[in-house]
Amino acid sequence: MINATLKQLSAQLAAGQVSAVELAAAYLDRIALLNPQLNAFITVDRAKTLAEAAAADARRAAGNATALTGVPIAHKDIFCQQGWKTSCGSKMLDNFISPYSAHVVEQCAAAGMVTLGRANMDEFAMGSSNENSFYGAVKNPWDLNAIPGGSSGGSAAAVAARLAPAATATDTGGSIRPPASHCGVTGIKPTYGAVSRFGMVGYASSLDHGGPIAQTAEDCALMLNVMAGFDERDSTSLERAKEDYTRELDQPLAGLRVGLPREYFAEGLASDVGRIIDSAVAELKKLGAEVVEVSLPNTQLSIPAYYVIAPAEASANLSRFDGVRYGHRASEYKDLVDMYEKTRAEGFGSEVKRRIMVGTYVLSHGYYDAYYIKAQKIRRLIADDFKAAFAGCDVILGPVAPTAAFNLGEKSGDPVQMYLSDIYTLSVNLAGLPAMSVPAGFADNGRPVGLQIIGNYFAEAKMLNVAHQFQQATDWHTRAPAL
Amino acid sequence: MKWEVVIGLEVHVQLNTVSKIFSGASTAFGAEPNTQASLVELALPGVLPVMNKAVVDKAIRLGLALDADINQKNVFARKNYFYPDLPKGYQISQMDLPIVEHGKLAILVGDEEKVIRVTRAHMEEDAGKSLHEDFHGMTGIDLNRAGTPLLEVVSEPDMRSPEEAVAYAKALHTLVTWLGICDGNMQEGSFRVDANVSVRPFGQAEFGTRREIKNLNSFRFLEQAIKYEIQWQIDTIEDGGKIQQATVLFDPDSGETRMMRSKEDAHDYRYFPDPDLLPVRISDEQIARIRSEMPELPGQMKARFVEQFGVSAYDAALLTSSLALAQYFEAVATATGQGKLAANWLGGEVAARLNREGLDIADCPIPAERLSGLIARVADGTLSNKLAKQVFDALWESDLSADAIIERDGLKQVSDVSAIEKMVEEAIAANPKAVEEFRAGKEKALNALAGQVMKASKGKANPAQVQEILKQKLA
Repeated sequence: MINATLKQLSAQLAAGQVSAVELAAAYLDRIALLNPQLNAFITVDRAKTLAEAAAADARRAAGNATALTGVPIAHKDIFCQQGWKTSCGSKMLDNFISPYSAHVVEQCAAAGMVTLGRANMDEFAMGSSNENSFYGAVKNPWDLNAIPGGSSGGSAAAVAARLAPAATATDTGGSIRPPASHCGVTGIKPTYGAVSRFGMVGYASSLDHGGPIAQTAEDCALMLNVMAGFDERDSTSLERAKEDYTRELDQPLAGLRVGLPREYFAEGLASDVGRIIDSAVAELKKLGAEVVEVSLPNTQLSIPAYYVIAPAEASANLSRFDGVRYGHRASEYKDLVDMYEKTRAEGFGSEVKRRIMVGTYVLSHGYYDAYYIKAQKIRRLIADDFKAAFAGCDVILGPVAPTAAFNLGEKSGDPVQMYLSDIYTLSVNLAGLPAMSVPAGFADNGRPVGLQIIGNYFAEAKMLNVAHQFQQATDWHTRAPAL
Repeated sequence: MKWEVVIGLEVHVQLNTVSKIFSGASTAFGAEPNTQASLVELALPGVLPVMNKAVVDKAIRLGLALDADINQKNVFARKNYFYPDLPKGYQISQMDLPIVEHGKLAILVGDEEKVIRVTRAHMEEDAGKSLHEDFHGMTGIDLNRAGTPLLEVVSEPDMRSPEEAVAYAKALHTLVTWLGICDGNMQEGSFRVDANVSVRPFGQAEFGTRREIKNLNSFRFLEQAIKYEIQWQIDTIEDGGKIQQATVLFDPDSGETRMMRSKEDAHDYRYFPDPDLLPVRISDEQIARIRSEMPELPGQMKARFVEQFGVSAYDAALLTSSLALAQYFEAVATATGQGKLAANWLGGEVAARLNREGLDIADCPIPAERLSGLIARVADGTLSNKLAKQVFDALWESDLSADAIIERDGLKQVSDVSAIEKMVEEAIAANPKAVEEFRAGKEKALNALAGQVMKASKGKANPAQVQEILKQKLA
């Protein structure tokens, strides 16, 4: 049961083979057993979870269950959830019990999904390794010495370790795809605006995307059916009709044009990762795909552009954490300015402080044009690169990260090395395109490696089709770590 | 040395929308602290602003009234600074591309019309309030006002005296209330003025260094503050000092301005486009629709009143100082065909009584139709001015028409020649001494006799006729 997909759990619940309460209890027991090693959850509340599960069973008994009623889920601790601590991985919000729920949380609750707990993450989603959480690093279930990837490391590790069948997550520069890749699970971030940001604690508003992590592409499609949709409370939410993301899953791939960006297979890509991506591409060729080479010439510029725009937006988004209304406040201070300084010095971790300072600097008088405006120009160039590439292909394939998961502590002292590990994912956020990571093999050190599928705007159903067909032909996504 | 004063005003006009600029919370004034602060105003983690479209319509209305350019792409920016009553740590405002640019507003200074250029008007949210009293060493924060929509209207430094500054502020106040976009309540902070003031020697081309007086919430304070500030700057320079750019506050108790912060302390607001809000695009159709809904503006109405009702430019300006007054006047003038008389009554008796009772024309207990009834009886000679004032007082106290009051109180003016002749003859008979004096050449004696006639008629005799008949009889 613990290895079941959402699809399977949905069928078992519908057939009455298991109740929501039994299911929730089984996952809670497993969390109690394994979370002390993995640290994938920040908050677990057995009583709350079982109450939600009992309500789901009652709903099913009353005859108005949805496909996912009673299916348990973990929420990344970035999504506000009424009555739950919503810490965002930060000391700043360690005492914050949210009085309201994010759109994503509401949608999951409306479907009858049961909250298993709140998944660990890098503080305010700033990090690539999940070492920046106030609650300690998440461990990779495949190798407890390895990072799980960040910032949605708790979500990915929970699904990989079968502590949850699926989890919500967010992706600002790659925070869904690298964790999914490093933990051997499937994750998708849809087109910017497809999932409402209402109630998602803001890091970099123009780059923040919500999305799911699950075992399979099919499960991700089911989750997107719940999570995506127009929400008038988010001005950047796309006003489009609700779509069924499972609709193209079973389409054959014959004639699919797969673009391989030459810049993604150049210097910097580890040879074992390169081989895994090559064999995934070969697999898709067998399924009928045609391969074309494409070019994304400004990929290298995505790192500096991202590390101007994201900190700039973050520097303002995080100003609300001032100790005045909620969250941490320094216990002793001599005046208002001292209260601000001590509160923020104590409440934020070092990576968050670094990005606030960088963001404040690039927006400062006299530097704005040289940094912020220039970065926005690069952002346009990057979007244009993708537009040109998609003129010649249906999806773009490549690695998610240059290497398999590195060791905990390996890069935590060197922010620039850490930033470089997101080279294949940042540009996608800058362009606002949908992208996903699909398990595609194991590196020489035995750690999982994901294949990245990048689609054109609103091409989620096509990407999920490619991923699903790949998963029908391979079994990487069914592998689970021994714990 | 002779000094020239240069003044520019920044006015915060609170728009009278039902809900806030970026949330559905109510904007009503006076509620218990923080009861009108929604999740958005509290700036909880994860909340997002959603634009209230009514704000845009009201801003366009002002733009059209100022004959300004309307920017059809509007970008909101974050203005970053920390303060406890600014919950997000940034104010959502507009920097580049404000909704209104290059407008103009005519003011009347004495009999001279002068046009003040309006640089821009941009949309922004108000902050909350910090309450420093009542909390013993602590500060209370009330976020009810946070998120209230404002238009910040910025003028060019075109004003050259405190009087011009006040005239501009009043004209703008008239306009925004006239357009129905602001309630104009200055005590409640719906219309707040910042004044940028500098002085320079007459004939000097470049401006002097300015100081900005913040947050003036009455026209009287505006005038006092500017006057004090001008004298202070002149005295400072003449004593060999230099003006440092600064922000100052006006203290109404002392009548003085005092420094709040110097230029060195000025914030770097680090403006950048707010990524939570898409640009607001304004279509030609939207502008055309709002243009078609525009009322006749004060300036246009003023010109028409002169033309149509023959009132003086001065009276017309007075009558168009508020929409309610202008509408009242037009109703009376149209009903009676007596523009000048209506203007005299509104500027005289009506204004005096309203002033005495502390009422606005909108609250006048005599509606236009009933005042028209009175003016018609003045115009046709039924009432003398004196009687008319009596009728006016009665109109104020009752719901009766002027005719009903005249009938009830028997106040009709007596213009019947034979009746007056009889009274005149009686007066002549009863006052031989006065008659003698008049005949001896003492003109004043005639007034005494006329007074007797008026007294005998209980004030109802037509005074002109009395004079005329007296002269006939004594000739």
